[in-house]
Amino acid sequence: MTTLTVAAPPRRRPRLRTAVRPAHVATAAVLTLIVLAAAFPGLFTSASPVDTDPVHALTAPGAAHWFGTDQLGRDIFARVLYGTRTSVWLGLGSTVLAVAAGSVLGLAAALGGRWTDQALMRLVDALLALPPILLGLLAVTILGPGTLNVMIAIAVAFSPGYARLVRAEALVVRTSGYVESATVLGLRRPLLVVRHIVPNALGPLLVLATVGFGSSLIAASGLSFLGLGPQPPSPEWGTMLSEGRNFLATAWWIGVFPGAAITFTALSVNVVGRRAQARFTRRTDG
Amino acid sequence: MSLPALLRAIVKRLVAALAVLSGAATLAFLTLQLIPGDPVAVMLGPGNAASPEIRAEITHEYGLDRSPAEQYLHYLGNLLGGNLGESYQLQRPVTDLIGDQLWPTVQLALFALLLAVTGAVALAAATAGRHPALRAAASLAELLAASTPAYWTGILLLTAFSFQLRIFPVAGAQDFASLVLPAVTLALSLAGVLAQVLREGLEAALAQPFVVTARARGLSDTAVRLRHALRHAAIPLVTLTGWLTGSLLGGAVLVETVFGRPGIGALTLQAATNKDIPLVIGLVLLSALVFVVLSTVIDLLYLVIDPRLRTR
Repeated sequence: MTTLTVAAPPRRRPRLRTAVRPAHVATAAVLTLIVLAAAFPGLFTSASPVDTDPVHALTAPGAAHWFGTDQLGRDIFARVLYGTRTSVWLGLGSTVLAVAAGSVLGLAAALGGRWTDQALMRLVDALLALPPILLGLLAVTILGPGTLNVMIAIAVAFSPGYARLVRAEALVVRTSGYVESATVLGLRRPLLVVRHIVPNALGPLLVLATVGFGSSLIAASGLSFLGLGPQPPSPEWGTMLSEGRNFLATAWWIGVFPGAAITFTALSVNVVGRRAQARFTRRTDG
Repeated sequence: MSLPALLRAIVKRLVAALAVLSGAATLAFLTLQLIPGDPVAVMLGPGNAASPEIRAEITHEYGLDRSPAEQYLHYLGNLLGGNLGESYQLQRPVTDLIGDQLWPTVQLALFALLLAVTGAVALAAATAGRHPALRAAASLAELLAASTPAYWTGILLLTAFSFQLRIFPVAGAQDFASLVLPAVTLALSLAGVLAQVLREGLEAALAQPFVVTARARGLSDTAVRLRHALRHAAIPLVTLTGWLTGSLLGGAVLVETVFGRPGIGALTLQAATNKDIPLVIGLVLLSALVFVVLSTVIDLLYLVIDPRLRTR
């Protein structure tokens, strides 16, 4: 009698290092602050993000206004805080949409037969030939400016990358021993996809999405910076930056602080993403 | 590599390139169909009370009264003849408009690329495999550079060097001095990503036995790094550089806006905000063409860098 051996689905390896490094503490602290600011901006300031105060317009940063005031006397610190929700939401929403759209495309290509695969992947190739910002601009041209439209535009711009990854992962998993044995055992296709293929393709997808969140946030704020996102006076980092561009000679603080907010958010998310990426590569290589 | 195999590889590449280009062309055409509103109204501009006859005439002139399928074939036919149509807004051939704006952007992209690659190679060669603290510092700098949006870097540089120190001009593209800040802006995020990948590649290469051999032959550490290890780490660098060069066109939209420079990026923004469809399509095709040409060049460069690939 011969024994049939089947490779088990990959399991997570125990962590190699558990030492807490200062960089990780700092990252965790920044991320906590960002989440708190997005949820309860009122915790950190009593100033209003939209109330104007012409007497104190263009005040330099100081004790009364930590980040200074803009041309209408609005408190920049309050505007940056209240802008967190919109900006983070833009990045998060577009990433979730892009991952969802990319997963559907990638799974359809991997499991839908040769012609579906060919057609979908040629589309993905054509989309990947264009820089995300250009694709985003195109989508906003069709949809018109606005918060939701920028979110959709950025999702369109980043979904081809996710589609390609999901397709590759699904193809690998599909031909693996445990999926074949599940097929032999008579598991129905939809159930097979949900129970075996999706969970195993999920790891690399989440890692890519973490790094992708930073890029989405930067790209979405870029479209806002170009004047296509949330319209003033609503506080949003990219929109604030573009307002600040007109006052560089007299009031640098209007543009500098919202930009710093974008950078620190993207940086802390990227630190997490890189860490996840490093751990993941170790796992798949080893 | 035998001649027939080489020919087959070239034909395969060309077919793939054509597929991407026609895909982008079709995508652009579909985009045109998706734009809400009447293109004639866009052409005439807001508040224009043209008579129905004139509207009908314009509709006919641009072939907008034909079926989408006919329009698509007509459009493809024009493309093959190198005719990208005429801008709705500026009433000039799209090819002329792109031609006029191409040079400032090419200058910007090439200079940025030069800065980014030199910076990345220098940083990676100096820090790969050195003291952990040095590597951690370099790694943080790279991550910071890669996470900083170009439009913010631009604003910081403008504030410091144009408004406070008054070293560089605030806007325009008239001379070399006006090229420096935009190119540095565009190069920084690029260099961050490139240096990361290159250092990882270099560290892997430095762990190879041939490095010990080269050191044993009496080569200095710098020579080993630059002449031997760098070549091994260059393949991912070239791939990434090519890919990022394609995305420079996207970065140019933001950087040209920040610095008030003319160029393809500024033209793209103008075309998109004005819904100038023929111009938008022309720019999309230009971007796809740049991408296709670059990826072909990269494939050829692999053969130059890595002789092992030539024998396959």
